[in-house]
Amino acid sequence: MSESLVEPGQMDASKRTWLIASSCVGAVGGIAAVVPFVSSFQPSERAKAAGAAVEADISALKPGEKMTVEWRGKPVWIVRRTPEQLAALPKLNSQLADPKSERKPAEQAPVYARNEARSIKPEYMVAVGICTHLGCSPSDKFQTGAQPSLPDDWQGGFFCPCHGSTFDMAGRVYKNKPAPDNLEVPPHMYLSDTKLLIGEDKKA
Amino acid sequence: MAEYHEISPNAPAAEKLLNWVDNRFPASKLFKEHMSEYYAPKNFNFFYIFGALSVLVLVIQIVTGIFLVMHYKPDAALAFGSVEYIMRDVPWGWLIRYMHSTGASAFFLVVYLHMFRGLIYGSYRKPRELIWLFGCGIFLVLMAEAFMGYLLPWGQMSYWGAQVIVNLFAAIPFIGPDLALLIRGDFVVGDATLNRFFSFHVIAMPLVLLGLVVAHIIALHEVGSNNPDGVEIKAKRDASGKPLDGIPFHPYYTVHDIFAVSVFLMVFTAIVFFAPEMGGYFLEYNNFIPADPFKTPLHIAPVWYFTPFYSMLRAVTDEMMYALIACVLAGAFLTVTRVRMPTLFKGVIVGGAAVIVAMMLSIDAKFWGVVAMGGGVMILFFLPWLDNSPVKSIRYRPDWHKYLYAVFVLDFLVLGYLGILPPSDIGGRVSQIGTLFYFGFFLLMPWWSRLGEPKKVPDRVTFTAH
Repeated sequence: MSESLVEPGQMDASKRTWLIASSCVGAVGGIAAVVPFVSSFQPSERAKAAGAAVEADISALKPGEKMTVEWRGKPVWIVRRTPEQLAALPKLNSQLADPKSERKPAEQAPVYARNEARSIKPEYMVAVGICTHLGCSPSDKFQTGAQPSLPDDWQGGFFCPCHGSTFDMAGRVYKNKPAPDNLEVPPHMYLSDTKLLIGEDKKA
Repeated sequence: MAEYHEISPNAPAAEKLLNWVDNRFPASKLFKEHMSEYYAPKNFNFFYIFGALSVLVLVIQIVTGIFLVMHYKPDAALAFGSVEYIMRDVPWGWLIRYMHSTGASAFFLVVYLHMFRGLIYGSYRKPRELIWLFGCGIFLVLMAEAFMGYLLPWGQMSYWGAQVIVNLFAAIPFIGPDLALLIRGDFVVGDATLNRFFSFHVIAMPLVLLGLVVAHIIALHEVGSNNPDGVEIKAKRDASGKPLDGIPFHPYYTVHDIFAVSVFLMVFTAIVFFAPEMGGYFLEYNNFIPADPFKTPLHIAPVWYFTPFYSMLRAVTDEMMYALIACVLAGAFLTVTRVRMPTLFKGVIVGGAAVIVAMMLSIDAKFWGVVAMGGGVMILFFLPWLDNSPVKSIRYRPDWHKYLYAVFVLDFLVLGYLGILPPSDIGGRVSQIGTLFYFGFFLLMPWWSRLGEPKKVPDRVTFTAH
């Protein structure tokens, strides 16, 4: 290759081949260099480690009250439902999008919460307080009856201020609302009658 | 590559200096090409000031931004406090910050008016398609820039607005949840998100924005400006080759623009000094509360410049999907029965429509809401190829075209207004109709823009001296 002088207008095919080949190798290297940069967008090891289970003490919770605990940076609601609120649940089935939690069951609730009340003990509802539409945190609308933004026969539940999705007292989404799914029930277990572990259920 | 140009040794020092520079850098050449010998049509009206004004606002944003970064801390624990520190303790910090926040709204205001100008005078038509495309790119980058900047004060609206918009990406089937995780860098919006948005807001997006602005102006100066008559001034030239209806940008339009800049600055400073929050429209009240990941504010609305597209997002519900499916089917049916094309193409269209309908039935309405919102912006890119009208300017279109454009503007404003309000049944219905009209306006444009009898376009621009 040392003295391959080429007449003007002529093409050195072997030189061109090598030019193309080395450009391709260079391009592959350039693309490979993108990988570490894109990877740096992923959650850091520290962020991943912060996802441990949390304990909640529910002894002080009175019927009709809600408490919130933080798990993986998300609000997890624990609501102690009144008998009236529980009694209203079956009546709502026809107005709900997915009353029996059959859509994407693996994502929306663990096996032990795939019942009408979506809970282990009907009295206590445990759910991630993040709307399945776009991640806002719905607000409590436990008061029944007509009120702004809600239907006149409202039976109590949650209302998402962002796009108007409504959920019943079991976190089940109403029909024709932007949110596609019921509120997520996180894996959880009772350590005792008054102690709840959120984020883990394997020790049961 | 110009030849080396010698100058008389007796020339004044300033001329010698300029000659020295011109032999090494095309200073005079650039000034002539883009200012003193750039011929712009002489019939520009009020709507032609917004290009210059958007450059002014860009400069304001960059300068105030540089100074804000000197005091701001991109850290979830410190960000809110550092903004309050700028407002209270940094000398004149409040002014710099209010200029920046008001500048954001001003930017969108002048850009929307600039786009409206292009829309009505057909400034996107051949040969100005690339100017329009670069401009749409600028608009898109500007939206990203504004959205990421809004997270930085780390108030309630910052936090929940980002939460909602990042979750939009999670609605994309299959890759969505991982993509949202990649954008946030954590399982919820947090410190990692704030840091990367800061990086994008202060360096990545501005660099892209500047590049696009330069490309926009180079493309404009290559083909020359359009004008309210939509007449090509380069078609009629005098003996020396200058357009008969053109006047040098400098000094004519530089002086004209300085006047516009003065008026603009009066309004701008009045807002900065007397109404920087603009009743909650420029700076939302909830953003004066520090971000709280456990409590969504009772009413979340984006800043006013995003609300028309936000309304489109909210308009797509399960019911709306049936209307959209009907539109896809009707569109495919009309195309196949009314447009002449080979049978193969018809088959492709029918097949494509079937696939789209199947996807529309199987994927959540949430995803299609995101598609509508994104599509509302992306459809602007296609405008040069949607408009088939024989004339460029609205002035020579049939009268009913003017009414149609008026309805379009009204529709955009109504969508914007509804996007500010909390969700309601009647508002939702109106925004669904508004969304259908918005897309119908663009998607049916290839047909309706050809209908009607255009008026006679003059040979030269219409202009009366004043």
